Amino acid sequence: MDLTLRVWRQPSPDAPGSFETYPAEDIDEHASLLEMLDIVNDRLTEQGVEPIAFDSDCREGICGTCGVMVDGKAHGPMENTAACQVHLFNYRDGDTITLEPWRARGFPLRKDLIVDRSAFDEIISAGGYVSVNTGSAPEANLTPVDKGTADLAFDAAACIGCGACVAACPNGAAHLFTSAKLSQLNMLPQGQPERYARTQRMVTIMEEYFGSCTNYGECQAACPQDISIDFIAMMNKDYRKSKFRNRRAS
Amino acid sequence: MADTQQKPTATTPPPKQGQRSWIAEFYGSALGKKYAMAITGIVLLAYVVVHMIGNLKLYQGPEEINAYAEWLRQIAYPALPEEGGLWIFRVVLGGSVLIHIHAAYALWLDNRRKRPAKYEKRDYVAVNFANRTMRWTGIIIALFIIFHVADLTLGATNPDFDHADVYGNIVASFSDPLIAGIYIVANLALGFHIFHGAWSLFQTMGWNNRRFNHWRRYLAVALAVVVVVGNVSFPLAVLTGVVS
Repeated sequence: MDLTLRVWRQPSPDAPGSFETYPAEDIDEHASLLEMLDIVNDRLTEQGVEPIAFDSDCREGICGTCGVMVDGKAHGPMENTAACQVHLFNYRDGDTITLEPWRARGFPLRKDLIVDRSAFDEIISAGGYVSVNTGSAPEANLTPVDKGTADLAFDAAACIGCGACVAACPNGAAHLFTSAKLSQLNMLPQGQPERYARTQRMVTIMEEYFGSCTNYGECQAACPQDISIDFIAMMNKDYRKSKFRNRRAS
Repeated sequence: MADTQQKPTATTPPPKQGQRSWIAEFYGSALGKKYAMAITGIVLLAYVVVHMIGNLKLYQGPEEINAYAEWLRQIAYPALPEEGGLWIFRVVLGGSVLIHIHAAYALWLDNRRKRPAKYEKRDYVAVNFANRTMRWTGIIIALFIIFHVADLTLGATNPDFDHADVYGNIVASFSDPLIAGIYIVANLALGFHIFHGAWSLFQTMGWNNRRFNHWRRYLAVALAVVVVVGNVSFPLAVLTGVVS
């Protein structure tokens, strides 16, 4: 099928960027968005044009590396789908597709469609772990966890850290990411000792880089893993408790 | 990820224990400001509902609503001086309005900094009209509060204003289609503000239970509809001659 691409090109973080238009002709409809970019890049290289820089890794929707604004939607038009899993049969012959990088202060642009998401790493470094050794499998099984709680914690743990929530949020907020990373630990027994200190530290770093929540729900709609904004409410509650209990964030 | 590229760096100094009160520290964070907005929002929402219900006495006639107004001045009297209870309400409500506005303004400024570049193309999926106009409905409501106090508390729009005759003051003001129109427009804005706010506050306060979450939307719609229908009915009743 024949498509037209409008792509944000920016050679370096400080250089001015602009949209460039490229033809994407005679491409198999079973190609994904990223495979289409590979094909277009091959042709650009042959023409002596710098290929379009974009992030990707597993290409099966589980690693969280890819991520691009497709026609104004994070990861494109499909629900609960990462950009690598969006195939061209969702488009019609002759369509124009606009590709933009994530835009947020917490995600400074590196090149073209690639942004620096290391602010997420800093949030994780602030407390997204359990410090104590939880032991081996038999020991872990001595601590019962009810099925509902385990399932909910697993829903939170499904976050792949792609940044679509930040990209979709009008405030550039990372509440969905941070709350998922908090909830997967704060709901389980092993996460309890550090629960409130963890919440304070991760929220503090989050607020350094990212905006605040206005409860639009855009993040939940954009999330390829269908993470619920219920986790944001849980984070708010734990943050309040962490302050009221006057725990030291040490 | 390599940190060879420039990126904004965290500049928070390590938390200094015991230097700031917990409430100042809490309000200093964005989540704390959201809590301040939710709590003051609950106070103001409760007031708006009670205010509307009290005003329904307009339909019972001059004696009833004027006696109600007099009773408001006597709340907690003689334990407190006359109008003492009323002034406590005024201070709490005024303070809530100021905190609500300050938190909203501070968060708005911060959010603008956190999203410096706009998308050329953006297709929103989840937001609705009420979400996106919170700022504007909020400004309309703030301006309306000033007008409303000047109109029916201070009597600035009415040369024959009489503190004892609330019924007469209301009829005199709402007989002017312009003033009645201002009340109607402001209350529609209030309805949209409540529609998002009354839902949003549960999320912000962390009141989340999957068994009851779907009721939050029904509650927000019910509160918005009840307040708007009640409040808009007063100017309409005067304009149509039902109340005169």
